[in-house]
Amino acid sequence: MLSFLARRLGLLIPTFLGVTLLTFALIRLIPGDPVEVMMGERRLDPQAHAEAMHRLGLDRPLHEQYLSYLGQLARGDLGQSLRTHESVWSEFASLFPATVELAGAALLLASVLGLLAGVVAALKRGTPLDHGTMGLALTGYSMPIFWWALILIMFFSVQLGWTPVSGRLDLLYDVEPVTGFMLIDTLLSDERGAFLDALRHLILPAIVLGTIPLAVIARMTRSAMLEVLREDYLRAARARGLSPARLVFVHALRNALVPVLTVFGLQVGSLLSGAVLTETLFSWPGIGKWLIEAIGARDYPVVQNGILLIAALVVLVNVVVDILYGLANPRIRHRQ
Amino acid sequence: MSLLEIDNLSVRYGPADAPPVVDGLDLRLETGEVLAIVGESGSGKSQAMLALLGLVDPPGRVAADRLHFAGHDLLALGERQRRRLLGKELAMVFQDPLAALDPSYRVGFQLEEVLRQHLGLRGAAARRRALDLLEQVEIPAAASRLDAYPHQLSGGMAQRVAIALAIAAEPRLLIADEPTTALDVTIQAQILELLLNLQRERGMALLLISHDLAVVAECARRVCVMYAGQAVEVGALPGLFDAPAHPYTEALLAALPEAGTARRPLRGLPGSVPGRHDRPAGCLLAPRCAYVQDDCRARRPPLDAKRQSRARCFHPRNQETP
Repeated sequence: MLSFLARRLGLLIPTFLGVTLLTFALIRLIPGDPVEVMMGERRLDPQAHAEAMHRLGLDRPLHEQYLSYLGQLARGDLGQSLRTHESVWSEFASLFPATVELAGAALLLASVLGLLAGVVAALKRGTPLDHGTMGLALTGYSMPIFWWALILIMFFSVQLGWTPVSGRLDLLYDVEPVTGFMLIDTLLSDERGAFLDALRHLILPAIVLGTIPLAVIARMTRSAMLEVLREDYLRAARARGLSPARLVFVHALRNALVPVLTVFGLQVGSLLSGAVLTETLFSWPGIGKWLIEAIGARDYPVVQNGILLIAALVVLVNVVVDILYGLANPRIRHRQ
Repeated sequence: MSLLEIDNLSVRYGPADAPPVVDGLDLRLETGEVLAIVGESGSGKSQAMLALLGLVDPPGRVAADRLHFAGHDLLALGERQRRRLLGKELAMVFQDPLAALDPSYRVGFQLEEVLRQHLGLRGAAARRRALDLLEQVEIPAAASRLDAYPHQLSGGMAQRVAIALAIAAEPRLLIADEPTTALDVTIQAQILELLLNLQRERGMALLLISHDLAVVAECARRVCVMYAGQAVEVGALPGLFDAPAHPYTEALLAALPEAGTARRPLRGLPGSVPGRHDRPAGCLLAPRCAYVQDDCRARRPPLDAKRQSRARCFHPRNQETP
């Protein structure tokens, strides 16, 4: 187990090098620079521009800039935002809970409904219920997120007025940020109704963000279940007179969960990339919206290190999933 | 009343006019009896057993004039009542023991699951009984095996666990579907001996499915020979093997190497079992039979229930004595 962990964590270094190189190059490929964006292109005095660029060290050759960036990272320094002069780490840390809350709600929704839909479709294989569920899943998978979000906002927020259009909490409420998770903070506060309001703010973005993972998990669960249902050990378990509920949930689903778990890990990556879009659409104050704004402002340190932190997160989650995979499947756990 | 009464059992897949995979099987089994069913693969013996347990899934269809076990009409049984019977009164051991155990759960868990389901045993009592069962199937270091996962067991060991699972609730009938086929030759004899010991000690009936005539001759008192979904000969042992009435039984025996006799070339049966779509109109064996006559091709012979040794043949062998 330890050597497995060491191997996986050792892979982090080349992964991180690749990510830094990519973000460093890509953000500089976009026309414009931070000074231009800050000062406004039209009224920019070339003299002042050059001075500002010099002050930020952005006039040095690219390879020097990159090496000094790596040196900074090696010292554990993630730098400061060019706009706010706050440290990138503290900005990230204060916004991250909002994204985790959104992504967590989306993943919860996707796993509960996805597993359920997959199990039902597999058990009712070939029936209209199966075709209907899987057709819906395919539709959900193919739907553009921004369009889906706009449809939901138009219908539920604008037409029916059931949910708010944007944000995490109504301005009426004054909630002390303790954990950064709005659902928890509202419960801790004395504000009546704040929790329900936070929930109403969360539901649409969570549905939007969870739709693609839901579809993927549903399809994966169905095919894994169909495979397991054909297995001899399930027929043997039936021959022992076990109840249908035990057959499905204790024996079939447990074994079907092994391949589905891998999908979970992969979905975390797509959840975070989906969060960028979803947060922007719903004005959700998380790291996705933060990154989009940083790109607009050419805030190099925020873009580079924000993406680096997200990459680290995705890699870590997948390591955790690999460990869980071993726990879920005794045949892997005991292979030494 | 016999323990198991099967009249005219058939199992069909596909359209109604398609030839059934089990075709009018009649069988009686008494309490504590050992009966063997022999036949090539595809002869319908496993399907017949699955039909008995109610495990033939759609599109498969089961029909019978009578399918009674211990006074229960298996065809009229509700799902809930059937589950109370399966694994308790009527248990089955499958061919591939490693595939028949759930890979995700420890041996102890799977044993305790059955004990809870059928005997209501929980906690320490279930644990003790599980250990007891592993000892009864002669697993060495039984206590440590309770915590083993199936993939940590050898084939023979896994089959012992599967047998322990089957006998956990003391069934009155144990069906063993080719229980030794997937095992090493050296282990096969041990497993058979274990099954026969358990059968004797508990007085349970044993239905042994096999294609190994040597195994059958050693274990069973009565045998049912199946060919292409039909029982072609049913009778007592060793008489039936000494003087087989049906040409198919004779051919099976002729294909068996015998120890101690002069070396002779083994005789196989030419051709293969007719598939579902090329059934002959008359006797199903007619295209392969060495003694075939015109009436064999025209009509299908019935299985005569009145004679002592019954064979589905117009011209049975070894019938010199009146």
